[in-house]
Amino acid sequence: MDIDLILRVYPHFLKAAVLTIELSVLTAILGLICGSLGAAARLSRLKAIRFIGAAYVSLFRGTPALIQLFLLYFGGPQIGIQLDAFQAGVIGLGLNIGAYMTETIRGAIISVHKGQTEAARTLGMSRWQATRYVILPQAFRLMVRPLGVNINALIKGTALVAAISVVELTYTAQRYIGSTYKPFEMFILAGVLYMIIIYATGRGISWLDKKVRIQ
Amino acid sequence: MTHHRPFVDIRHAQKCFGELEVLKDISLQVEQQQIVAIIGPSGSGKSTLLRAINDLDPLTSGEVWLDGVQVNKLLPHAQYEKHINQVRQQIGMVFQHFNLFPHLTVRENITLAPKLLKGVSDDEANALAEQQLEHVGLIDRIDYHPSQLSGGQKQRVAIARALAMKPKLMLFDEATSALDPELVEEVNQVMKMLAEEAMTMIIVTHEMGFAESVCDRVLFMDGGVVVEEGAPEVVFHNPTQDRTKNFLRKHLEGAK
Repeated sequence: MDIDLILRVYPHFLKAAVLTIELSVLTAILGLICGSLGAAARLSRLKAIRFIGAAYVSLFRGTPALIQLFLLYFGGPQIGIQLDAFQAGVIGLGLNIGAYMTETIRGAIISVHKGQTEAARTLGMSRWQATRYVILPQAFRLMVRPLGVNINALIKGTALVAAISVVELTYTAQRYIGSTYKPFEMFILAGVLYMIIIYATGRGISWLDKKVRIQ
Repeated sequence: MTHHRPFVDIRHAQKCFGELEVLKDISLQVEQQQIVAIIGPSGSGKSTLLRAINDLDPLTSGEVWLDGVQVNKLLPHAQYEKHINQVRQQIGMVFQHFNLFPHLTVRENITLAPKLLKGVSDDEANALAEQQLEHVGLIDRIDYHPSQLSGGQKQRVAIARALAMKPKLMLFDEATSALDPELVEEVNQVMKMLAEEAMTMIIVTHEMGFAESVCDRVLFMDGGVVVEEGAPEVVFHNPTQDRTKNFLRKHLEGAK
């Protein structure tokens, strides 16, 4: 293994890792927004809205994320959507992970015991009050870990945007392979950086999970 | 002459779950300060009847009235929601599995609804919680979480939570069925206390002894109908219907 090469190129990889982190954070935020809206739609009282939520989920879970990215980035301009590669990456991955988060959030909400809603409604709370003060605080505690799994998947998923030439970790590795012909070193370096990001995120999720757990 | 409508007036209640008819044309009248027990085998429809009173399980047909107001009024959705939330504030309900809010302390469990629904200030709500906990003998547990309480204590908190809304009527849905035998008595004591305070109560229960000692009237339900109804000494000791006799005999054997 060419350690000298690694030491020489790693600052460029660190820069790329920062972009991967930015991409992940923005994607996670967009995913959580889409996931919350999606879950609200899936649990709506109105059939039409439930249908929209279900359609969103099956559309984005039923096709490869790469196809979604290509469609948005290469196909978008054809219908008047002009995005740069980074924007397309965030929006494409965000919509995609949002579909998974929809199911995670919905799952956490419906696994709060039915008796909780009954108790709240029996006291005279509205559906919204029961949701806001009784169901969501409990659901939130249940969704931290599974959302962590979604976020883990989305961080690894950011590698896909290399395919639309966003200069993140995977793309950077490929570029340096092009000039150094050392794929082993370059992919090891990228892999280690991904692992650090994912490990740190995992620790953060565990910390949050412990913090919010009901005593 | 004014027409008198009973305080709780259930008329021709029918409830179907798909093909299954769990309530078959039941009528029940309860006057203020009366205490009525509903007994019967599981699946007899007694919980469903109780849960129809605050429209938790809406009837398929029939009417429920409380204090001159129809509970299960046919209204457009938004209006119905407003109406039923108003009605439910006046009806306390206690569940078999307590249904305390596990993410809140005992105090918060009690103060949440009065604060949200009655605009009670923090100080007033705290005073209310303290007063209700004093009442059920759990003032020292005010800042505990439900998970730190025994079953009997949980149920007493659940009763305090319901009482904090100052209900006109209390519904008990097998309030002691999920408790270890040694914890039943403390909950029964609280219910007896409410009876002495002249609370109107409808109690679904398996505890015949308790029903007999506290209630003014007993309904025996089986297969979605009221088989027999009357004073506890009559229903328990001189039942006229064979189904009642069989049920009581089986129940007594079970208790031994």
